Amino acid sequence: MAVKILKKESLIPGRTSRLVLDAPHIANTAKPGHFIMLRINETGERFPLTIADTDKEHGTITIVYLVMGKSTTLLETLKEGDEILDVAGPLGRPTHIVEGGKGHKVICVGGGTGVAAMHHIAKGHSQAGNYVIAVIGARSKDLLLYYDELSKFCDEVLVATNDGSMGVKGMVTDPLIERLNTDKDIKEVIAIGPVPMMEAIAKLTKDYNIPTTVSLNSLMVDGMGMCGACRVTVNGETKFTCVDGPEFNGHQVDFNELKTRLSSFRDKEAESVEHYKCQCGAH
Amino acid sequence: MSVEKLARTPMPCQEPDERVKNFSEVALGYTDEMAQAEASRCLQCKNPTCRKGCPVEVRIPEFIAEIKNGNLDKAYEILKSTNSLPAVCGRVCPQEKQCEAKCILGVKSEPVAIGRLERYVADKALANQTKTAKPQAKDVKIACIGSGPASLTCAGYLANLGAKVTVFEGLHEPGGVLVYGIPEFRLPKSIVHKEIEGLKDLDVDIKTSFVGGTTVTLDSLFAEGYKAVFVGVGAGLPLFLNVPGENLIGVYSANEYLTRANLGRAYDFPNYDTPSYSGKKVTVFGAGNVAMDAARTAKRMGAETVHIVYRRSRNEMPARLEEIEHAFEEGVQLFELSAPLSFKGDDQGKLVSVTLQKMELGEPDASGRRSPIPVPNSEFEMETDLAIVALGTRPNPLFIRNTPALELNKKGYIVVNEETNETSIPNVFAGGDIVTGSATVILAMGAGRKAAMTIADRFLK
Repeated sequence: MAVKILKKESLIPGRTSRLVLDAPHIANTAKPGHFIMLRINETGERFPLTIADTDKEHGTITIVYLVMGKSTTLLETLKEGDEILDVAGPLGRPTHIVEGGKGHKVICVGGGTGVAAMHHIAKGHSQAGNYVIAVIGARSKDLLLYYDELSKFCDEVLVATNDGSMGVKGMVTDPLIERLNTDKDIKEVIAIGPVPMMEAIAKLTKDYNIPTTVSLNSLMVDGMGMCGACRVTVNGETKFTCVDGPEFNGHQVDFNELKTRLSSFRDKEAESVEHYKCQCGAH
Repeated sequence: MSVEKLARTPMPCQEPDERVKNFSEVALGYTDEMAQAEASRCLQCKNPTCRKGCPVEVRIPEFIAEIKNGNLDKAYEILKSTNSLPAVCGRVCPQEKQCEAKCILGVKSEPVAIGRLERYVADKALANQTKTAKPQAKDVKIACIGSGPASLTCAGYLANLGAKVTVFEGLHEPGGVLVYGIPEFRLPKSIVHKEIEGLKDLDVDIKTSFVGGTTVTLDSLFAEGYKAVFVGVGAGLPLFLNVPGENLIGVYSANEYLTRANLGRAYDFPNYDTPSYSGKKVTVFGAGNVAMDAARTAKRMGAETVHIVYRRSRNEMPARLEEIEHAFEEGVQLFELSAPLSFKGDDQGKLVSVTLQKMELGEPDASGRRSPIPVPNSEFEMETDLAIVALGTRPNPLFIRNTPALELNKKGYIVVNEETNETSIPNVFAGGDIVTGSATVILAMGAGRKAAMTIADRFLK
């Protein structure tokens, strides 16, 4: 079913945008951690995006994307009032959220576009009454996403930028290490972002023995438990990101295999973008 | 000369050399003359055994008699009275195990080519846009979840009686396995689309991208006033071999490989955006219809060699006879009595070979087929850069997991009353692969029809 874009905001010009979609049938049952499958036009490919926010009252869901391949390039060409041809969801298992009260401290780490997906989960923890510490990072201040939104409900927001233009100079792991060293009440860590970031965080928290959840961005075709494209090894067992995940115990994920599998179609992806540019006369 | 002596009319096909270079349909269909000749072979038995071999009880001698009379509209009406999707069934049913297996001509000679005649009548009707009469609408809402053969049959049957039917499909295109699984060269999408258009003409509302169990739930449907729900959500996660190296780049489930090619039209990349992996030395594991579809798709995607690797022998292959013959004609090779032990990759994580073990056949197992036994010290390696695993599927997980009240069997499939196809939840029916596990299109249709008859008895009298 086609879904209308009610609002479009450019968060990082030409690179990252936020769309509010008119989708009451999805907003109705969507929970933090869920994702949707999209297809932009008749010749388009299905691809997953994690839901960044839901508003049941207004019947909307929010998505944030990084313009990377053909499909997100096409998505970026759409304007407010346009329709996305197919949007299906909510899919995947929702985040497991414990209602632990303010004594239950949760650190939600987000990197790059993953900050938007993390926002929905942090919000879920906040609404459940937990103490939420958001840790977000980007290369520089102008590339940092969702600082204001997270500041509204998180108990603390810690920032790391590579160039030091905001918060700590360094990576998200820097404020995280500092916090883990000084705060013994951290009950869990959630990490969403580039695979190397999630891998580094999982490795780190393992030493502190803190339960850590990562949200995986495996390749998918149907996204609803039919094809097995998204398989990932967790604790030595094959799991399917679309129906068993997308969230898994970060200490058990085989990140090397995930990275390899994500590169399955790299040459075809480049060919697809090239083909698109030629068609648009962009040469 | 008696009619029995007349040979069965062969199906004209694209030549193998030609067809491996395209995705167009292999079997071209009967001409009027061929159909007349074949229809004339039918003995018009008073007590037709062929009909008993059909899960939806098509009135076979009656529709064949109308072909002979030259009244194709009437023949189509007879077909449609029990079968919502005759153009599909004429192409994909295993007739040799069903209606044609019961044809009396088959005792001394060859059975009437019932499937080919069914296809002929349906194709003519679809080409002429023949419409069956529209029933009087009744204010009874029925929901079908999934849009594969079981759901479409159920929807068609009830819409024909005037029910207001809504079909909810999770993917972006309706048809279920008919569009994501069965390749274009065996069942053109245009045929499926026309059959679905026929349902829309009966005011069946088809909602795509509505996922059973998440976007739509039983509770939400009953709250919206639906009287009954048919669950035809089909197969789910593919079975893998559970051998080392199975997650290497280049090892795919047949579901993924076929969904990319069929639903995603990957054979027309980059005009379509969905990519597929093009292997040169392809191995396919399994020997059912899905394995044949994958092997023949790989041929068309430019593979140099395609080997079906099967742990039993040719005689035990479960695929439809015509599919096996077509695959071999197209150069697909059988590597029988061999089972995979592991896959090996290069330093990039890409598949380069499979280690196989020789098997020999022992005593028949529970399925009646002779079971394969490993031959000690018979391991050998075979080069392959694309391995497609076609071992069957498990139940679709989404609907079941979000509907905990449903009673399931030990394997996780939905338990139904055999007489009515009703589940453990009143007025919720189920049929197709979600009940039986991987089976045929026509069995799913039979189940959809049975459920529809019960629903009609309850709500449309």
